[in-house]
Amino acid sequence: MALLQIAEPGLSSVPHQHRLAAGIDLGTTNSLVASVKSGLPETLQDSNGSDITPSIVSYQQDTVLVGHAAEAFSVKDPQNTIKSVKRLIGRSLSDIKSKYPALPYEFSGEDNHPKLVTRQGEQDPVQVSAKILSQLVERAKSSLGGELEGVVITVPAYFDDAQRQSTKDAATLAGVNVLRLLNEPTAAAVAYGLDSKQEGVIAVYDLGGGTFDISILRLNKGVFEVLATGGDSALGGDDFDIAIADHIIEKSGLARPLSNSLERQISEQACHAKEQLSSQEKVQVTLAFEDALAANSEVSFELNRQTLDSLIQPLVTKTLRSCRRALKDADIKADEINEVVMVGGSTRVPLVRSSVGDFFKRPPLTSIDPDKVVAIGAAIQADVLAGNKPDNEMLLLDVTPLSLGLETMGGLVEKVIPRNTTIPVAKAQEFTTFKDGQTAMAIHVLQGERELVEDCRSLARFELRGIPAMTAGAAHIRVTFKVDADGLLSVSAMEKSTKVESSIQVKPSFGLEENDIINMLQDSMSHAQEDMDARMLKEQQVEATRVHENVSAALAQDGANLLNEQEREAIENALAELLTTSQSSDIAAIEQAIKDTDNITSTFAERRMDASIRTALAGHSVDEV
Amino acid sequence: MSISMTPAATERVKLFLANRGKGVGLRLGVKTTGCSGLAYVLEFVDSLNDDDEVFNVDDVNIIVDGKSLVHLDGTQLDFVKEGLNEGFKFTNPNAKGECGCGESFNV
Repeated sequence: MALLQIAEPGLSSVPHQHRLAAGIDLGTTNSLVASVKSGLPETLQDSNGSDITPSIVSYQQDTVLVGHAAEAFSVKDPQNTIKSVKRLIGRSLSDIKSKYPALPYEFSGEDNHPKLVTRQGEQDPVQVSAKILSQLVERAKSSLGGELEGVVITVPAYFDDAQRQSTKDAATLAGVNVLRLLNEPTAAAVAYGLDSKQEGVIAVYDLGGGTFDISILRLNKGVFEVLATGGDSALGGDDFDIAIADHIIEKSGLARPLSNSLERQISEQACHAKEQLSSQEKVQVTLAFEDALAANSEVSFELNRQTLDSLIQPLVTKTLRSCRRALKDADIKADEINEVVMVGGSTRVPLVRSSVGDFFKRPPLTSIDPDKVVAIGAAIQADVLAGNKPDNEMLLLDVTPLSLGLETMGGLVEKVIPRNTTIPVAKAQEFTTFKDGQTAMAIHVLQGERELVEDCRSLARFELRGIPAMTAGAAHIRVTFKVDADGLLSVSAMEKSTKVESSIQVKPSFGLEENDIINMLQDSMSHAQEDMDARMLKEQQVEATRVHENVSAALAQDGANLLNEQEREAIENALAELLTTSQSSDIAAIEQAIKDTDNITSTFAERRMDASIRTALAGHSVDEV
Repeated sequence: MSISMTPAATERVKLFLANRGKGVGLRLGVKTTGCSGLAYVLEFVDSLNDDDEVFNVDDVNIIVDGKSLVHLDGTQLDFVKEGLNEGFKFTNPNAKGECGCGESFNV
């Protein structure tokens, strides 16, 4: 008997089609997975009852260890035990080396595609991340009792395209469908239900073990826009521990260097004291020395919260400086912030809470476990995206996943809205007619990154009729692409002089599976050169056709009157040559043939011009002109 | 006609209803689908339908529509943990056979 969860009214799934989904917080130090069960979002525990999986992968002789199992090897076997791979993903080797010069790993591969050398061979950071994801996905599967529809993975708001794409690739490698990548601060805001508020400015203060991030978000009609991010990639709760440890050493009358075991004992005591002082006013620190024969084999003293506060005050002040800078970047005043969300275990420290509260002049939100809040937000979003909520609770898209554009002559795609544009958005571009007297225009709406129509996804076609007959290129047709807050695309076309208009609505976000998007993006990268060549060839062919058509029309009209037999034959020959050449794929030859035709018809063009002026002037007096 | 819940199920249902913060109770039902004919429905309820019957089981409103009730009379709802997976389970005296996966049944 399969186990059931309570569904929203009318949304019970049919057997074997449970829409199982999970949210994954793929963190630098720790990772978590969460899911919504019977309407309640919660983090999923492993078989040892632990929510948190350390983001560590250890490549041993014949196994790959992940999480707690790998942790032990980070000291013993640092070169084969990859920690904090999130700092490496989607980055070039030179970038990594300049940012983190002290990493214990051996790198190989090209600069823009570095690999880690382990005893199990070269490992791409994407592969390492995939190992962590696999373990979290397996946990979700056994915890939810089935295959996952997909996952939402959180990424820092400052992650660039390459880092986001690499994170997605890691998920693909781990064999799981990505419903969406969600910015970590946005996930935290979603966990507190702030997305239902329609608008406001939200600060997300994220103080983890080793990193500090501050993000300023603006919520507008349910869409989160990142106004500014800031922080310090080398400041976190670990620095609190170090400050306390230094204090313990001083109080105990010890001096560095100390034995490894004593250092470890001190740092454990420091971490313990920090945690205890979040709920207690004072704590007893006790150090036992290995040398039991020494006069003082044990040191014990009291540490109170006041002392802790004075030790970590400089660090907290440093985070507030970053907050001030982020506010300045966002052009927002502290009192314009509507909510402050606390993320990361270190935000449990009372001094952090009170300082942040004072800085933003409002009590920060702390009711959700700050270690779990990002994963919980991701789980809520995953639940919605998997289709377990009524439509009116549909969370909104925040960016366009792929470029949107339309077909132009020769089967080329003109991009109107580039991918990753935040929505809602409206963009317009002007197009014109290709032939004389053209009164209708077919508009073909496409999605994708490639240059040719056949390589992109067709979304819709419609026609604009009633364009007044004009010479080719004279009509001004304004095509507007609009993606509203629900992710719906509408395309309208209007001829400017007559204002005739035509439009259509399409749903681009539902037309593609995330996997298709990945494939299409990968295609566009691997075919970039090929595509460019194809585009240039098509452009020349279109130009050749245009010239051929114009000259043929002119010949039919005036050829007999204005040209002698010899001239006429020369032009006809050039036209035939142009036609054959344009069928080939030799860009330069087509270009040459167009030039040749232009040259040979220049006299003809001049005579036509003179003739038309004479016709126009005939019967008119000079005054009228 | 009777529907019952184990203490574990009652506790969980109350938690989930409180967490959702709205609605009038929990719907138990069956619908025709699946490889063995019928499948269980377990949903939150925002509004009652005309043919709904409401049972008060341990201070929880359990709502069953008339047609489903025929197939669910005497059913006990349980909340169980199987490995990492946990969820609700129907113990239904009317069910004669289940499909291999247990997600659907016949009467």
